[in-house]
Amino acid sequence: MIEFIDVTKKYGDNIGLEHANIKINKGDFVFLVGPSGAGKSTFIKLILREIQADSGKILVDGMDVTKISNRQVPELRRTCGMVFQDFRLLPKKTVFENVAFAMEMVKFSQRTIRRQVPQILSMMGISSKADKYPDELSAGEQQRVAIARAVINNPKVLIADEPTGNLDPDTAWEIMKLLEMINRRGTTIVMVTHAKDIVDRMNKRVVTIEKGHIVGDVTEGAYVIHENY
Amino acid sequence: MRTIKYALKQAFVQVFRNRTMSIASIFSITAMLLILGLFFILAVNVGLATESAKDKFDTIQIYLLDETTVESANDMISSLKSMNGVDDAVYFTKEQAMEEFRVSWGEQAYLLDTLAENPLPNSIKVTMNDLTQAETVIQVARTFAGVEDVPDSQEFIDQVLRITDGIQKGAIAIIVFLVIVSVVVVSNTVKLTVLAREREISIMKYVGATNWFIRGPFLVEGMLIGCLSSLVSVGLIMAVYTKIVELVGQRALLLLSTSLVPAGFLTTHLFGVFLPLGISIGAIGSIISMRRFLDT
Repeated sequence: MIEFIDVTKKYGDNIGLEHANIKINKGDFVFLVGPSGAGKSTFIKLILREIQADSGKILVDGMDVTKISNRQVPELRRTCGMVFQDFRLLPKKTVFENVAFAMEMVKFSQRTIRRQVPQILSMMGISSKADKYPDELSAGEQQRVAIARAVINNPKVLIADEPTGNLDPDTAWEIMKLLEMINRRGTTIVMVTHAKDIVDRMNKRVVTIEKGHIVGDVTEGAYVIHENY
Repeated sequence: MRTIKYALKQAFVQVFRNRTMSIASIFSITAMLLILGLFFILAVNVGLATESAKDKFDTIQIYLLDETTVESANDMISSLKSMNGVDDAVYFTKEQAMEEFRVSWGEQAYLLDTLAENPLPNSIKVTMNDLTQAETVIQVARTFAGVEDVPDSQEFIDQVLRITDGIQKGAIAIIVFLVIVSVVVVSNTVKLTVLAREREISIMKYVGATNWFIRGPFLVEGMLIGCLSSLVSVGLIMAVYTKIVELVGQRALLLLSTSLVPAGFLTTHLFGVFLPLGISIGAIGSIISMRRFLDT
């Protein structure tokens, strides 16, 4: 689903990512861990074509991200649902509209939107919040809206950038359950996190990045820091 | 099609939800259009006044000697008519001239009855449609045999022409300047609204919205704001102008010997200018101010 082939990205003299090779298969649930500034953000930005790689090849769902034109970027981003630490909901839109927005972009009919949005909201357990604005919701509820928006168009990949970073442990765990459910329905999930306890408890594939290099990749593992690298 | 419908709907919703910003933009565009409207009205009225002033000096009177026959006068008329800038030339008998005199003297006309003989000469009245050619016509007319005199009003005509020309050029310059100022003011105002929603735009891009999908609602929003502003300003200008016409309309006729442009006529024209102007100011403003947010 996602494949990095010898990818290098430098910011001046600073290494973002160097000679990175990794393959993430369809249906995988991957934790991306490592210290701040290690290259996790670079990894994600490269997938979404927020930045261009200096060299190498990045395949997302068969598309070579390094080769596509700017006009194809929106299409790429629809293949990948995104969830962020700070939720990034549209503040002037209601919960319903925030989720509907993602569908309107892909030109679904109003009837389909009116049918599917309530379904996904109820799946996320926030049906009663449909007409609220984001600032009227708790952090956990906002993240549920963000996840609903990210998955409503059935993306192949869901990229979550520290989705539990702003949440208390209980709420964080509820969000993880939701992500696991989404993963069970066939969506590949790449999640960047610092939450050691969550990684340990989920027991999924863990990829460790340090100083721009992929230093660890275990199929069922725990959070490990390779300080000696 | 669906994108257009979406953009329209979103624009209305966003204008309403961002009321404060929308109202601020509407105010600033309206203010600009109001000032613009005042100059527009001024220009239209000066235009009308100068037109009617010009009308009074667009005839050249050629006085003929008494012995000049109607035939030779007709020869002169046909050669005058073939000249550049001449609209028409007609023979004007001394009786007609006397009649005109009587009319202009009004109640004092009885004084003319005491005249034993009509002292006025026969003449040819030349109507010009291009006053710049008047001098040539006068020079030529003087060379005709049988012409007594051609009074030269050229200097006066020149002055009228200079003044009207100056007023019109000035008005156009001010209007152009004001249009530029309003585009700048509007694009800054729209930039503020866009800046206030910079985050919103970046989120839309993250979710995979195309540039046109993001731009659409903002564009329609700008046009909507421009449209509302032009409606408000035309309404205000007309309300004020109708009052002005009511109050000084008659007096203006006496003072300036010209009437004000009627309110109804002006509304249609002002509307025809302001609506497209307001809408394009709004549209251009939003496109300019959104450009840098949609680079990649």
